[in-house]
Amino acid sequence: MAYSFDFPAVFDYTPVLVDGVVLTAALTVVSTVAGVSIGIAGAAARTSGVKALDTAVGVYVEVIRNTPFLVQLFFIFFGLPTLGIRLPEWQAAVLAMVVNLGAYSTEIIRAGIQATPRGLIEAGESLAMTRAEIFRHIVIKPAMKKIWPALSSQIVIVMLGSSVCSQIAAEELTFAANFIQSRNFRPFEVYFVVTALYLGLAVLLRWLLARFGNLVFARRAARA
Amino acid sequence: MSLVKLTGIHKSYGDNEVLKGIDLKVNEGQVVALIGRSGSGKSTLLRTINGLERINQGSIEVDGACVDPGQSDLRALRLKVGMVFQQFNLFPHLTAGQNVMLAPVVVKKQSKADVRTIAEEALAKVGLADKFDAYPDQLSGGQQQRVAIARSLAMKPRVMLCDEITSALDPELVNEVLAVVRKLAEEGMTLLLVTHEMRFAREVCDTLVFMHKGRIAEQGAPEEVFTKPATPELAQFIGMVTER
Repeated sequence: MAYSFDFPAVFDYTPVLVDGVVLTAALTVVSTVAGVSIGIAGAAARTSGVKALDTAVGVYVEVIRNTPFLVQLFFIFFGLPTLGIRLPEWQAAVLAMVVNLGAYSTEIIRAGIQATPRGLIEAGESLAMTRAEIFRHIVIKPAMKKIWPALSSQIVIVMLGSSVCSQIAAEELTFAANFIQSRNFRPFEVYFVVTALYLGLAVLLRWLLARFGNLVFARRAARA
Repeated sequence: MSLVKLTGIHKSYGDNEVLKGIDLKVNEGQVVALIGRSGSGKSTLLRTINGLERINQGSIEVDGACVDPGQSDLRALRLKVGMVFQQFNLFPHLTAGQNVMLAPVVVKKQSKADVRTIAEEALAKVGLADKFDAYPDQLSGGQQQRVAIARSLAMKPRVMLCDEITSALDPELVNEVLAVVRKLAEEGMTLLLVTHEMRFAREVCDTLVFMHKGRIAEQGAPEEVFTKPATPELAQFIGMVTER
C-alpha cells in the first residue's frame, strides 16, 4: 500500500467545514430548544388525564418513533410541496429534527413525570394548588432532573442524526464532507476529519448539557 | 355553629363501601382524634374533608365552604383546610423555607417579602427557625414533619387534618412532633387527627371518635370513651392498644 495521506487537501476547504459545523450546531440548538419544549408539552398532555389529548399525542409519538428519520425528512422536504408547503432545506431539516426529538423527549419526560410520588401531588392539592400549578412548581423540575441524563443522550443522538439532512442538501457538516471529497477525491482524509469533528461536537455537547443540568437543577437558597 | 360539618358521607371503592354514612360536627378550637383499627375508614374520612377522596353521597361543609359529590372545584374548601401527611411529602427540590413559601406565593399571590416573614414565623413556631435554607433530605424525619406542619400553617387554615403524622417516625422523634401539635391545640387551632398515639389522644384531644367498619361507633370525651366503652368493639380495641 503506497497511499500517501494528504490532510492539507482537506484543510484547503476549511471555510466549508466551518460553515458545516456552524449549521450542524445551529440545527442542534434550535431543534433541542423546540423539541424539548414540545416534549414537555407532550408529556404534560399525556399525563393530563384527558383521554383525547393522551391519544392524540400517543399517535404522534408512535408514528415518529416507529418510522425512519430519513423517511420523515424526505416526507417533509419532498412530500409536503405536493400540498403546497415548500420549505427551504434548512427549514425542512429543522422541522424534521424538532418533530423527531419532540416525540422521543415526550416519552422520556413522561417517564420522569410519572415517577413523581403521589404524595407530593396530594400535598400540592391540599395546599389548594391547581393542576397546572402543581405541574409547574412541584412536578416538572424534579422530573426533568431525573431524566436529564437520558434526555441529554437523546439530544446527542439527534445532533449526530442531523448528518442525514445532507440528503436534502442542507449544508451541514456531512454535506460539507461530501462536497469536499467530490472535489479533492480524498475520502479517507475528509471523513477522518469530519468524524473527528462530530466526535468533538458530541463530547462538547454532552459537556454543555451536563453543565446546563448542574446549573438549572442545582440547589439554591430562597431569595426574598 | 360547627366549623366542620359532615353529613351522611358515603364512600365506596367499587363494591367496597368504606364509609357507610358518617355524620360529624367539629366546633372551632375543638381537637378531635379519629381512632379505630386499620381499615375502619378513619384515614379515608379525613381525606374526604379536603377533597383528596371524592365522596359518593353526603356533604362536607367547612366554615361555609361546601362540597357535594362530584364537585371538581375544591379550591375554596382547601383554602380552609390544612393537611399533614404520614410521609411528610415535602417537595424535595425546595428548601424548608421554599416549601413553606410556595403555596402562599402561588395560590394566594401574596408578595414574596410578606410570605418570607410568614414562613419564618411558621418555621419558628415549629422550632426550626434555623433550618430555613435546609433541604428536606438534610433534615431528620421529625424535622421534616415539623416543616410540613409549618407549610400547612402558612396558608392560615381554619382546620388542620393530621393523618397518622407520627407513624413514619423513629420512636425518639415522635415527641418533638407531638409537642408541636399540642402547642397548636393550646393556641386554639381546630384539629382532626388520625392517630395511634393513644396516650397523646387522651391527653390533648377533647373528643375521641371511634370508627368501626366505616361507621362512627362511638364518640365522646377521652376519659369517658376509654373508661366506659359502650360497644364491645371499642372495649376490644382499647384492650388491644393499652396492652402495649
